[in-house]
Amino acid sequence: MNAFLHHFTFEFRTGIRNKQLLLMNYLFPLGFYLMMGFVMAEINPLFREDIIPAMVVFGILAATLLGIPDPLVNARENGIFRSYKINGIPSISILVIPAITTILHLVIVALIITVTAPLLFDAPTPLNWLNFILIFFALAFACAGLSVLIGVISPSSRMTVLWSQLIFVPSMLLGGLMLPYSMLPDIAGKFAQLLPATQAMNAFNGLAMGKEAAFSPWGSVLALTLSGLLAFGLSVYLFAWDSRNSARRGHPLLALLILLPYVIGIFLGM
Amino acid sequence: MPNTMIEVQNFRKAYGDYLAVDNISFAVKQGEIFGLLGPNGAGKTSTLECLEGLRAPSGGTLRVAGIDPVADARKLRNVIGVQLQSAGLPESITPDEAMKFFCAYHEAPPRFDLLERMGLAEKRKAQFFELSTGQQRRLALALAVAHRPQALFLDEPTAGLDVATRVELHDMMRELQSAGTTIILATHDMAEAEEMSDRVAILLKGKIVSIGTPLEITATGKGLTKISVRTQDATLSATGVAFPAVRQHAVKDEYNIYFSSDIGPTVSAIIAHIESRKDALIDLRVERPSLEDRFLELTNSRAAQ
Repeated sequence: MNAFLHHFTFEFRTGIRNKQLLLMNYLFPLGFYLMMGFVMAEINPLFREDIIPAMVVFGILAATLLGIPDPLVNARENGIFRSYKINGIPSISILVIPAITTILHLVIVALIITVTAPLLFDAPTPLNWLNFILIFFALAFACAGLSVLIGVISPSSRMTVLWSQLIFVPSMLLGGLMLPYSMLPDIAGKFAQLLPATQAMNAFNGLAMGKEAAFSPWGSVLALTLSGLLAFGLSVYLFAWDSRNSARRGHPLLALLILLPYVIGIFLGM
Repeated sequence: MPNTMIEVQNFRKAYGDYLAVDNISFAVKQGEIFGLLGPNGAGKTSTLECLEGLRAPSGGTLRVAGIDPVADARKLRNVIGVQLQSAGLPESITPDEAMKFFCAYHEAPPRFDLLERMGLAEKRKAQFFELSTGQQRRLALALAVAHRPQALFLDEPTAGLDVATRVELHDMMRELQSAGTTIILATHDMAEAEEMSDRVAILLKGKIVSIGTPLEITATGKGLTKISVRTQDATLSATGVAFPAVRQHAVKDEYNIYFSSDIGPTVSAIIAHIESRKDALIDLRVERPSLEDRFLELTNSRAAQ
């Protein structure tokens, strides 16, 4: 327990001390939130209704997808995991602790957004706070798991950026943050359902913000949770201590299994 | 062997078709400093990594304090300390945090005294990337010994260190040795290996080509011993003077320099010659071939094969 606490404290401080992580955890999400609040809400007044869930989702995407994978790859490439292994630090701590500390930073960011948005931009607050918090943690869990998995399977920093952007950019465009899911063409809508952001926005609309969900909102919460569980499980299974020791327990393509809950949801019409 | 701390028997390590270590055996006693020498690609790192439990051997038996590094990796962690070539610490960690963090995983109290001893007292709150290379290596060493391991693996421990830190590190190694810690020292620095090691093994292309004390290893070579002599009347410089077992002779700065294959007869004959000529000896120096000379001899002969 003592070891876990020291590890946790160090990782949490790193999220503020490290300039790259400070940018992804706080500066980028909060800067983008202020810009969108001042600019987008003026251009499109309807955006005010979505500003809290959309910017919380954006914060989660930025801090996890853009913040978690690269340090994992760098640590593996620079022999930090080798040193950890020699000193008895378990792989589960290496994978889970950065995810937990990132979620903790996200709680702070989400608090800032939900407290300031009504004051600054006249944004409506969630009608069901409990569901709002539940969906927040479901999305943060799914995205943290996905990001850890990207860090585990990426052979280099360059590939990490590619994988992360492959999810981040479509999430921004199709995830319901900028324009409603109902405005998407059918095919794009189906593709969008593979993205955690779409599922989270759907759940926020149906369960927390008092709006209509495009598909089953509880199905979205379930898909996010299952996807997160699968992602962490696969991360532990595919984890390699050392880039020089290429032996893995499974092929990196196994990571695609995390799409399974979303695919099942689409087929079930949830 | 009594009090054997490290045992390597018929150890092999292959990477696909490439055989990095080919059936080597050696044992290291408790409290011994054992040097592992060899050029790049000789198999030193593979041997160390398998002993440290980082890789699985392809064949043979390895034991560290009686523990199988692969089967009992968890037990091994508190028995060994490792200073890797790369420091292996996150950029933003401070020496204080690293000490608490690593000691907590070893279930040992943090040793802040070691940070002071390693000259890091003023850098305890600095982030790792702000430390100089020497400070980073000293921190890595402090962390490696903080939980008082029975066996310590040092991979190029003094690379990039200044003279004072190097001396401090050597003193620390001797202290650890006198406290019973076994040290495996992998280094390219032959002078360091010769000075610090009780025994050394020279690895070439995955095989041990020589093993023993530095003196034993240097004695087995074809290297010639250098004998430098200076006398009052320079009678040795007279023409026609010859001594047994001398292969080469030169004169430099009033010194007669002989390269002998058997120093006993050579030195006796030189002294007898000086006495017989009523000359007086001013200075006589004998320099045995160094470990580096022997190492080069071995590597060159292998390369020639």
